[in-house]
Amino acid sequence: MPGRLKIVLQVAAVSVVALLLALLGWQVFQKDKKPDLGRAAPLFTLPHLGSDEELSLASLRGKVVVLNFWASWCNPCKGEAPLLESAWNRYKDEGVVVVGVDAQDFDVDAQRFVDNAGITYPVVRDRHGSTLGHYGVTGFPETWFIDARGRLVGEHVVGPLTEEDLERNIKIALGEPA
Amino acid sequence: MTRWMVAALVIALAVVAPAAASEQNPTLPELERELICPTCHESLAASTSPIADRMRAFIRSRIAAGDTKSEIKAKLVDQFGESVLAAPPKSGFNLLAWVLPLAGVALAAGIVAVLAYRWSRSRKPEEAAGPSANGRFHLDPELERRLDEELARYDT
Repeated sequence: MPGRLKIVLQVAAVSVVALLLALLGWQVFQKDKKPDLGRAAPLFTLPHLGSDEELSLASLRGKVVVLNFWASWCNPCKGEAPLLESAWNRYKDEGVVVVGVDAQDFDVDAQRFVDNAGITYPVVRDRHGSTLGHYGVTGFPETWFIDARGRLVGEHVVGPLTEEDLERNIKIALGEPA
Repeated sequence: MTRWMVAALVIALAVVAPAAASEQNPTLPELERELICPTCHESLAASTSPIADRMRAFIRSRIAAGDTKSEIKAKLVDQFGESVLAAPPKSGFNLLAWVLPLAGVALAAGIVAVLAYRWSRSRKPEEAAGPSANGRFHLDPELERRLDEELARYDT
């Protein structure tokens, strides 16, 4: 094999290995990386639970969004669902929307959960879990708060919400003194 | 010739028949090995998460209902996405995941074969020749010179 060709092949082989390692590193670094507070909330469009109709986060611009990630098999989610429903009923006239994102779940289980908890706020189904990585969700429940300009504000609550968490962060998102 | 054809047919049947039986009458353990828990990303067989328990219950109910293995997997993919499969499906872009490793192995084997052939051809004639007519091996001239010197010193 001519010396020049050999060197070209060696450089190509090393480059391919370096590229694969860089891709692996990037993938590991990006996975479940939380978005920064104050930055734009990652957009998504997902079907409503039990329907083909879709909800786009962009369509809620101008409203405060309480974005709650849950699954029917998650016990703490059962405890916080009534708090979210109560907040939705209390604040919807002030331009606040609670959006439930159900993931890693069966449709039928999610629907049963919604019926049993008496949830009336919009619930979307993330069948492929595509939003989880974008929002850095590593378990259920987790909640983000989005202001009217579409920015992530307040606290990213990991675990079940309390009444105080909800009140404080909704007020922050509304721009009211907490 | 006929004997070879019968042997090939028997082998083909031995491979295909269990696969067909598994497709028509899947068992929970084999599906557990072919599926991944969506929350912990472990094999469903190893996972103890709540959703893994729920998936096992779903699989049992679908087996009881007479679903084939492909139908059960398709229903789980519909609920959880393709990441629930331990191995990517052999279609579309995912086919690359099956073809590329085989192509890589074939390419590597080809490169090794070519290099081995070139290496064997490029050996020095005296290395390849082995013992000469009088049964002695050819030595490197420098080594031979040193050996002669040592022997001469020994003789004196």
